[in-house]
Amino acid sequence: MPEMVNRPYERAFEAHALANPDVLCLSADLTSSCEIDKFRDNHPDQFLSLGMAEQNMLSFAGGLGLAGFRPFIHTFGVFLYRRPYDQLMASVAYPRRKVRLMGFLPGVTTPGGMTHQAIEDISVMRSIPNMTVLETGDATEVESICAAADSIDGPVYCRVLRGSVPRLFDTPIKVGEMRVLSEGTDVLVVTAGITTEEAMRARAALDRAGLSVRHLHLNTIKPFDAAALLDHIGSVKHGVVTLENHVTEGGIGSLVAETMADAGVGKRLVRLGLRDTYAHGGSRAYLMRYYGLDALALVRGIEGLIGTDFGISEADLDAARVEAVHSNVKAEGL
Amino acid sequence: MTQLRNEKSVEEVADGIRRRVFEHTIRNNGGYLSQACSAAEQLAWLYQEELHLGAPTLPMIPAPFGGVPSADNPDYHTGAGYNGPAAPEYDRLFIAPAHYALVAYATLIETGRMAPEGLEMFNKDGSSVEMIGAEHSPGMEVHNGTLGIGLSTAAGLAWGRARRGETGRTWVFMSDGEVQEGQTWEAIQAAAHHRIDNLYAIMDVNDQQCDGAMSSVMEVRDIQAKIEAFGGVAVWIDGHDPDAMRAALKTPHEGKPLIILARTDPTKGMAPLMARFPRLHYVRFKSEEERAQMNTDIAGALGVDPVKLEDH
Repeated sequence: MPEMVNRPYERAFEAHALANPDVLCLSADLTSSCEIDKFRDNHPDQFLSLGMAEQNMLSFAGGLGLAGFRPFIHTFGVFLYRRPYDQLMASVAYPRRKVRLMGFLPGVTTPGGMTHQAIEDISVMRSIPNMTVLETGDATEVESICAAADSIDGPVYCRVLRGSVPRLFDTPIKVGEMRVLSEGTDVLVVTAGITTEEAMRARAALDRAGLSVRHLHLNTIKPFDAAALLDHIGSVKHGVVTLENHVTEGGIGSLVAETMADAGVGKRLVRLGLRDTYAHGGSRAYLMRYYGLDALALVRGIEGLIGTDFGISEADLDAARVEAVHSNVKAEGL
Repeated sequence: MTQLRNEKSVEEVADGIRRRVFEHTIRNNGGYLSQACSAAEQLAWLYQEELHLGAPTLPMIPAPFGGVPSADNPDYHTGAGYNGPAAPEYDRLFIAPAHYALVAYATLIETGRMAPEGLEMFNKDGSSVEMIGAEHSPGMEVHNGTLGIGLSTAAGLAWGRARRGETGRTWVFMSDGEVQEGQTWEAIQAAAHHRIDNLYAIMDVNDQQCDGAMSSVMEVRDIQAKIEAFGGVAVWIDGHDPDAMRAALKTPHEGKPLIILARTDPTKGMAPLMARFPRLHYVRFKSEEERAQMNTDIAGALGVDPVKLEDH
């Protein structure tokens, strides 16, 4: 089981903001839910409460950007693009303001159901000109997301994990650089965010079954290093399986598909994720199982790709972490 | 306060704005004519008298469209240079309803900030002088074609400028139709919550919107009472009276944005335009006869010669 880190964003943001006076902390009534409540209390002069009014917040942040500040907007990912999409476009993305959109609770990491689950955010953000898209997959990436985001000359959307987060990596995010987690030669597995941990749970069982897996973890979704991906695809025999905490349209599965099609790669691709469906409210483990986003779903996807049944069952996989819905490291179950 | 001091009065600039927009509309068989009627004094007062602006930094004859903002377009710039440099002591102005662009361009010409040739580029392919003012259009600094976002952006800019100790004010020219957008009220409550009082707006309350009279599209009720309830300060004035604008600006508004509600006539100076009511948002003549009649009648109302149509 990996080391668990409590509230890595809280410390990382404070350190980054205090070292960068032009960084401002914006919140929309989800301050403790986004782990910036201590920052609000300790550094009120660098904190702006914009209330539950996201349309104004996005344009206001655009104005702060025009004045040379670098606002970090904290709220749940859904609230950064669904209601204020027009403002995101006109006030932030078009003029390339250095607004850092910190989207918490990506995909099914919230039991809040449809209204809280950002399941199409990558698709939306990836199609916006001038936008950079980053995603965190472990505590080390959360700890480095502020510096990574703030290095971007323009707007950036980040999928941020909160609460108790596993540490899977020991090096910070390098924007534009994918992580190579294993260098097998049979199948390429591409994951991002919380699905990377799932793929790691399946690795030992797949090894025992004699399958050589090459595994890539993406923290930079846009811009994307297509050449590096194509090299990896060229190194495996059978094809590619993507697993994402997102709908299978427009996310990393689509990104890989576009890359393969553009290059004329003739290998098979299996895209796993939410299949043209909304999710509902429930625990992360339940939702990942129910919607086929977990380690077992990945195994089945690989079996489908190469046409072999490895006889792997849940008992063969590394133990899943079961996270309490209510705990001391989260403000509320949402 | 403007550095480009010239001898014209606010009233003369306003007359010039109406004349230019009228001539343009007749020549092009269409234009945002009513907006010139209602807004001429407001924009004339802002540019000719009230705004503290530096000399333009961009060519008098606007350059062609130079591409949109992108990492691959390092030479990109907005049209704000027609309002002068963005120095700490200077005011900034957003034209929140970008549909008033034609009127704003005419104002730049009348106040010596753009050459008359600029208006000839209006809505021409490849031109930066766009129909709906874009960021790169003369006098514009942000995109406001989507209505209701201007005041929020200005509030953010004003807060940021105050934090940096800049003395320049941030101004927004607004339209009354924008108050139908919820974002306007979000902006006012946020500005009041954060005590942003270096933020000023003048709103052209002409009671008109795209579909026609606002009362027929969506009642907005008492704008002043609503602004004050959300934490701003609002003052009603006659929007064709520059003295009323001067007086309104003296209204105390510590810790709150000041919004001047300029009650205006959408056919001011061009009474024959009332024949088109309530279709005033964009005037396109239905026939050559109507165009010729309006040419003669409005020219008469403005005290100018009709446009020589055979030349065009």
